[in-house]
Amino acid sequence: MTLFVSPGDGVVDRIIKRTQIADNIYEFWINAPHVTKTGRAGQFVVLRIDETGERIPLTISATRKDDVRIVFMATGKTTQQLATLQEGECIRDIAGPLGTPSDVKKWGRCAVIGGGVGIACLPILARELKAAGNEVTGIIGARNAGLLLLEDELREACDDLVICTDDGSKGFHGFPADILKEKVAAKALDAVWIIGPAIMMKITSLATLDSGIKTFVSLNPIMVDGTGMCGSCRVTVGGETKFACVDGPEFDAHQVDWNELMNRQRTYNPQEKESLEHYHEHKCRCGDH
Amino acid sequence: MKNRPAEERIRDFKEVATGLSAQDAVLEALRCMGCPRPSCVNGCPVSIDIPGFIEAIAQEDFRTAARIIKQDNMLPAICGRVCPQETQCQGTCILGKQYKPVRIGALERFVADWERENGVEAPTTAPPTGKRVAIVGSGPAGITAASECLRAGHAVTIFESLHEAGGVLTYGIPSFRMPKDIVKFEIDQVLALGAKLHLNHIVGRSVPVDELLAYDAVFIGTGAGLPYFMGIEGENFNGVYSANEFLTRINLMHADKFPEYDTPVIRGTTVAVVGGGNVAMDSARVARRLGAKVYLIYRRREEDLPAREEEVKNAAKEGVEFICCANPTCILGGPGVQGIECTRMDMCELDDSGRPVPRACTGEGSTFTLDVDVVIEAIGQGPNPLLAGLIPGLKRGKRGNIEVDEDGRTSIPHVFAGGDIATGAATVIWAMGSAKTAAAAMNRMLAETEE
Ligand SMILES: Cc1cc2nc3c(=O)[nH]c(=O)nc-3n(C[C@H](O)[C@H](O)[C@H](O)COP(=O)(O)OP(=O)(O)OC[C@H]3O[C@@H](n4cnc5c(N)ncnc54)[C@H](O)[C@@H]3O)c2cc1C
Ligand SMILES: Cc1cc2nc3c(=O)[nH]c(=O)nc-3n(C[C@H](O)[C@H](O)[C@H](O)COP(=O)(O)OP(=O)(O)OC[C@H]3O[C@@H](n4cnc5c(N)ncnc54)[C@H](O)[C@@H]3O)c2cc1C
Ligand code: SF4
Ligand code: SF4
Ligand code: FES
Repeated sequence: MTLFVSPGDGVVDRIIKRTQIADNIYEFWINAPHVTKTGRAGQFVVLRIDETGERIPLTISATRKDDVRIVFMATGKTTQQLATLQEGECIRDIAGPLGTPSDVKKWGRCAVIGGGVGIACLPILARELKAAGNEVTGIIGARNAGLLLLEDELREACDDLVICTDDGSKGFHGFPADILKEKVAAKALDAVWIIGPAIMMKITSLATLDSGIKTFVSLNPIMVDGTGMCGSCRVTVGGETKFACVDGPEFDAHQVDWNELMNRQRTYNPQEKESLEHYHEHKCRCGDH
Repeated sequence: MKNRPAEERIRDFKEVATGLSAQDAVLEALRCMGCPRPSCVNGCPVSIDIPGFIEAIAQEDFRTAARIIKQDNMLPAICGRVCPQETQCQGTCILGKQYKPVRIGALERFVADWERENGVEAPTTAPPTGKRVAIVGSGPAGITAASECLRAGHAVTIFESLHEAGGVLTYGIPSFRMPKDIVKFEIDQVLALGAKLHLNHIVGRSVPVDELLAYDAVFIGTGAGLPYFMGIEGENFNGVYSANEFLTRINLMHADKFPEYDTPVIRGTTVAVVGGGNVAMDSARVARRLGAKVYLIYRRREEDLPAREEEVKNAAKEGVEFICCANPTCILGGPGVQGIECTRMDMCELDDSGRPVPRACTGEGSTFTLDVDVVIEAIGQGPNPLLAGLIPGLKRGKRGNIEVDEDGRTSIPHVFAGGDIATGAATVIWAMGSAKTAAAAMNRMLAETEE
């Protein structure tokens, strides 16, 4: 449709490898050299599948030469459509890396904690923290064993890995917050990263509240451009308005206005439902699935 | 130029102003006196040979008219539509002293539209020099700098962080004023001169700064894309938008066509737009087209509205209700917007710009509340902070804009800047003018370093 020259050399943004790694969770390796050149832990990409698509942010989960890995849960219209794409197919637009990288330095003893699909953000972070000379404990949690991901990789990237499930179907029966509490009580930590759904980050970060341990969370407000131009992603941190896409997405957990974030995440719930219905209806009519 | 009737146009996003017919264009052109020292040219930031191209129209030689305009302006269909002509070329036309000025903008648009329909002549370019130039941003400034460097024979690479080129022309100015196919067409003319355009490339991130500085010359045209917020209570409720977000959702992401397009927007039953400039008018007129009742809240008097008079009239005709001498103090609701509380303003002594200073009234009846479910803040934008802050040694002004000399040079020898990032939010043609100046200096510098 557009007359513009496409980005790169025409070989970028191609799906190199596609794997379903847990219930409803997919791992894509995508060729995107402009992202991998400088992409680091804590940063994300914004992608748009096609001409009519929405721009959605997804965290950089790993990089390997010219390929970037994203891991996503097929929840709504865009992620469900993304899950239907096959190896060799292209994604129309991938912009990135966006956001400020994680504050990786020598902290001492670090814990990286992932909930649900947030686990996907941990490998790159654990590796960078290790490389900076830290001792890294991974703590991952999901509702049940079927939703756990990247276990083997994390076991390799971390010095120690603790697995939790809400229903006890694997590992510790309980939440990552419980494990974190123990470690805080034992004064065994200097810095903590918590990445997952907002409610999980809010609750888990309470464990370090009175301890003075630096605690980072990766906020996931609704974004449009991801470059600091619209303000859709604004969050309140320490009483100040910040743009998560450029000032973050990582912030001090104890300064975040969680209720505001969670309210703003729900802004388009009715439209999201409509969009998904429209997509399924359209898919049936076209008969391509 | 005529406008389509308001009741018709608020039902779509098609262009409001209809162009001149060839006959009308010739008649209008005949009004020009072809002044030997044309004052209109002084009013045009890129100094188009206005009497020259108008004379060609009068002789019905539209091809020559196009050629003359293109010597100084590669984006005439855009400028003919969005230039604030009344304060630029037409504002200084001698005929305006006694009668109406020649409608230079409409004539420029006519010529550009005629050329688009009748085949465009590619401009000539110098033989390749082997020099590499990087352009950051594909707004009017970046595109203009690119075209000047391409014509001088340099290899030009443009980096744009969004998925489409054009800057504000694409994501900001609504299609009923600036149809997107025309933006695409004019930019493609420049790209066709041989530029490489990398979309989705954020310079400073996808393109590291040292890679950028390795080019023989660099032009930064990253614009004034940072939206300001008022800082009042309730500002982060769902349904409070910056004008940038609201307009981007519509213009770039086509949320007006949801669910055909995936990006949503809250349409609102009643919308309050805060601000009085062109951006506020655009937001209000878009909100009207999405079916809302629209209030525009402005803190000074109606006669102080900084927006173009024509746009204020258009907004009023389309049913936007103006509430002047009022300032929002609080947004009500949570999590959604339920209302906006405002204070009436009194006009006091004049400030430096000669406008009265608004001061909040006190006492009974000085506040009022409007029931609205969407608030759009259009109170200004600052320079795009992302890249400028990442380049070591790049001197910036207090507000974060890049400091340049009269040739567009920054504090780094081979780095130039122009457009809104240097001047602060201005106009399309000022962005183009400053980019042209900078590109000329770049081309001189590159010529001097020729071995
Ligand atoms: C910085 C950042 C990193 C993220 N990383 C990942 C990741 O690695 N893996 C992953 O599965 N998810 C990630 N997300 C969330 C992901 O962007 C959303 O799941 C996705 O946008 C949902 O789109 P949808 O159309 O499938 O679902 P929808 O039905 O449209 O939305 C489902 C929910 O996702 C959120 N959402 C919707 N649109 C957006 C948007 N444009 N921007 C942000 N959130 C939105 C909303 O809270 C919404 O309620 C990240 C979000 C952010 C901000
Ligand atoms: C709603 C609205 C209406 C307006 N109406 C008018 C009008 O009617 N008439 C008029 O004359 N003027 C108008 N203006 C002002 C005019 O649009 C601007 O003055 C002009 O666009 C500035 O051009 P620019 O090239 O400097 O910047 P922009 O048009 O802002 O373009 C900058 C580009 O740089 C890109 N960019 C930023 N950072 C990076 C990076 N790090 N890497 C890569 N790319 C980057 C951005 O994505 C953007 O595409 C309006 C402005 C707005 C917002
Ligand atoms: S570019 Fe703008 S100011 Fe210059 S002649 Fe054309 S309309 Fe007038
Ligand atoms: S000042 Fe007016 S009348 Fe004179 S040349 Fe310019 S447009 Fe024509
Ligand atoms: S997503 Fe637009 S400013 Fe952050």
